[in-house]
Amino acid sequence: MTTRVFKAGLLATTLCVSGIAAADKVVISIESWRAEDQALWDELILPVFEAQNPNIDVQFKPTTATEYNAALNARLAGGTAGDIITCRPFDNALAMYDAGNLANIAELEGLSNFSDVAKAAWSTDNGDAKFCVPMASVIHGFMYNKDAFAELNLEVPKTEAEFYAVLDAIKDDGTYIPMAMGTKDQWEAATMGYTNVGPAYWGGEDGRLGLISGDAKMTDDGFVEGFRQMAKWTPYLGNGFQAQGYTDSQNLFTLGRAAIYPTGSWEITGFQQNADFELGAFAPPSKDADSSCYISDHTDIGIGMNASTENKDEVMTFLAWTTSAEFAELLTNAAPGFFSLSSHDINVENALANEFVAMRGQCEATIRVAHQILSRGELPLGNQLWTLAANVINGTQTPEDAAAEAQANLDGWYKP
Amino acid sequence: MANTGSVSSEQTHRRPVRWYILVFLAPATLIYTIFAIYPIIESLRLSLYEAGDGGGVFVGLANYARLFGEPLWADQFWNAFKNNIVLFLMHMLIQNPIALALAALLSVPTLKGAATYRTIFFLPTLLSVVVVGFIWQLILSPLWGVSPAFMNWLGIGSFFKPWLGLESSALITVTLISIWQYVGIPLMLFYAALLNVPEETIEAARIDGLNGWWIFWKVKLPLILPTLGLVGILTYIGNFTASFDLIYTLQGGLAGPDYSTDVMGTFLFRTFFGFQAQLGDVYMGATVASALFFIILIGVGLYLFGVQRRLQRYDS
Repeated sequence: MTTRVFKAGLLATTLCVSGIAAADKVVISIESWRAEDQALWDELILPVFEAQNPNIDVQFKPTTATEYNAALNARLAGGTAGDIITCRPFDNALAMYDAGNLANIAELEGLSNFSDVAKAAWSTDNGDAKFCVPMASVIHGFMYNKDAFAELNLEVPKTEAEFYAVLDAIKDDGTYIPMAMGTKDQWEAATMGYTNVGPAYWGGEDGRLGLISGDAKMTDDGFVEGFRQMAKWTPYLGNGFQAQGYTDSQNLFTLGRAAIYPTGSWEITGFQQNADFELGAFAPPSKDADSSCYISDHTDIGIGMNASTENKDEVMTFLAWTTSAEFAELLTNAAPGFFSLSSHDINVENALANEFVAMRGQCEATIRVAHQILSRGELPLGNQLWTLAANVINGTQTPEDAAAEAQANLDGWYKP
Repeated sequence: MANTGSVSSEQTHRRPVRWYILVFLAPATLIYTIFAIYPIIESLRLSLYEAGDGGGVFVGLANYARLFGEPLWADQFWNAFKNNIVLFLMHMLIQNPIALALAALLSVPTLKGAATYRTIFFLPTLLSVVVVGFIWQLILSPLWGVSPAFMNWLGIGSFFKPWLGLESSALITVTLISIWQYVGIPLMLFYAALLNVPEETIEAARIDGLNGWWIFWKVKLPLILPTLGLVGILTYIGNFTASFDLIYTLQGGLAGPDYSTDVMGTFLFRTFFGFQAQLGDVYMGATVASALFFIILIGVGLYLFGVQRRLQRYDS
């Protein structure tokens, strides 16, 4: 008898406590593909928000990157997806918005803290609806071995002419492979090659938006010149670059055997762990001393609201916080190499990351040329550029030919 | 009396229903129907549809018209098909003769250590494709591989090329790796068949004055012809279905350089599941899969009616 009363009492207390907790704290969860960032969100980012909003409990619940899209779509269909959804850029998130899974958050005030380029990745084609707050970008450029540059008395190149002069000097000296890149995996040729140095020739956003509006063609000189640059790179690559994969290139550079590595800021953390020499970064070279340089400040991660969430107010509070300077600084310093897309003036602690961020002040920003709209058809231009850029570097296709093939593909399915 | 007589004779003539046949057939029939036949039919059905609002829309043979009519699709299809044929021919001309030669040597009764060789030849077959792909990538790597150093040591270093990265040699290299891995399977089939050749026949041939060389060509080979046919058709099917994993591991989903190692499997994978910016399309994917199904069906059909029926089986 006594035990029964005791148990009932326990039960009642439990119910009360949980009831109070539920009334007090609203639990919202974040869907993400960045499983490797779990600790960073749990320990560095979310506690700051929760301290300011004691009534909201935010939980970071990532899925493995490769399963993210499929798993998230299944959960959205079943009504069990989290309140906050991490968005991939462009068509993937747009499809979720079109399906009614992402809410329109255009009225969020903080969105004015982001540039139009940043917002374009998570807006409808006409720009009316916005469904994700731009979160982080990766910046393309070149990393170099500072020790090697000092040894060979080299200056960081600013223009195309200086760039090739530096490469020639390294090649003549012979101690280092001038540039660590291969064409085996193809994507480096397009991502770290063509879309890295190309914007200087097609004028960044002008060229990219021109392609979308139909005013520019892949066969225009700027886009062909991008391919010509790729052909010029061939002599500076290591022996057997045709069978050199992405990880081969990474190792070649961090082992100190190559002097320059065309890459992006996402490599910062890994490279700083593996390389035992000093790393530096420089922006893609400009055409000549009179023209400006262009960087791919590529919009990579956004964050939006599940349209069917029951905690709309709390989610909006959180999204508003992600537009703040505080969040921008927290994120940028917690994950060096993934830079906040906001226009806040932030203090970047990592020196190498700082060199990348500094490029934003010196160069015009654009994004990877084929990511918006142009990769919607058969074949997606984004994929085609992989093969074409690799072919041009391999010398199996001329730059003019590659450009013509890309344009022929666009003509096949894209009506501006 | 007559009535009962006719009834009883009827009873003796009518056999009891042999339910056990059904019982024995049921498990295999059920499993194959559910996991093989039904998916094939469903996949064939899917290839007649196209993505529409909230599901598929029936479009008849439009997907096939696209696959064979639009240059973008047709070029990829015929390129993959051509590569598959090259793959098949190379397996037939290199893998199977090597397997046959090794099996013939292994079946020589006086050979010492036959069991050890047998195990060694068969070992690569047991390895995961991913492991094989990784090992060979390392061996052939121009940066860290052992082959450039080894060839330098032999004084033929100038002949080293990044074979997996050149359009001219990538497919051949992949095929040779596949042969290295799978030569054990036809080897075992040939070996088993050769062991089944009766000793008396061979002795009779020997008494007639044939040496080992001619015994192989005139006695053993004709007796194992059905196995040769079987290995041929297994090679044909395997090269359309099993070539995918090795190529995906070695060359990636785009089957580079410039699609020179693209086969039906990688083409189907890209179409069905999507790759990078290319979104997956289950309907076009099903169309490619169905085309692949018909290619295999036609090949196997030709073999069954054209070759298998003409093969003479000798009772041993």
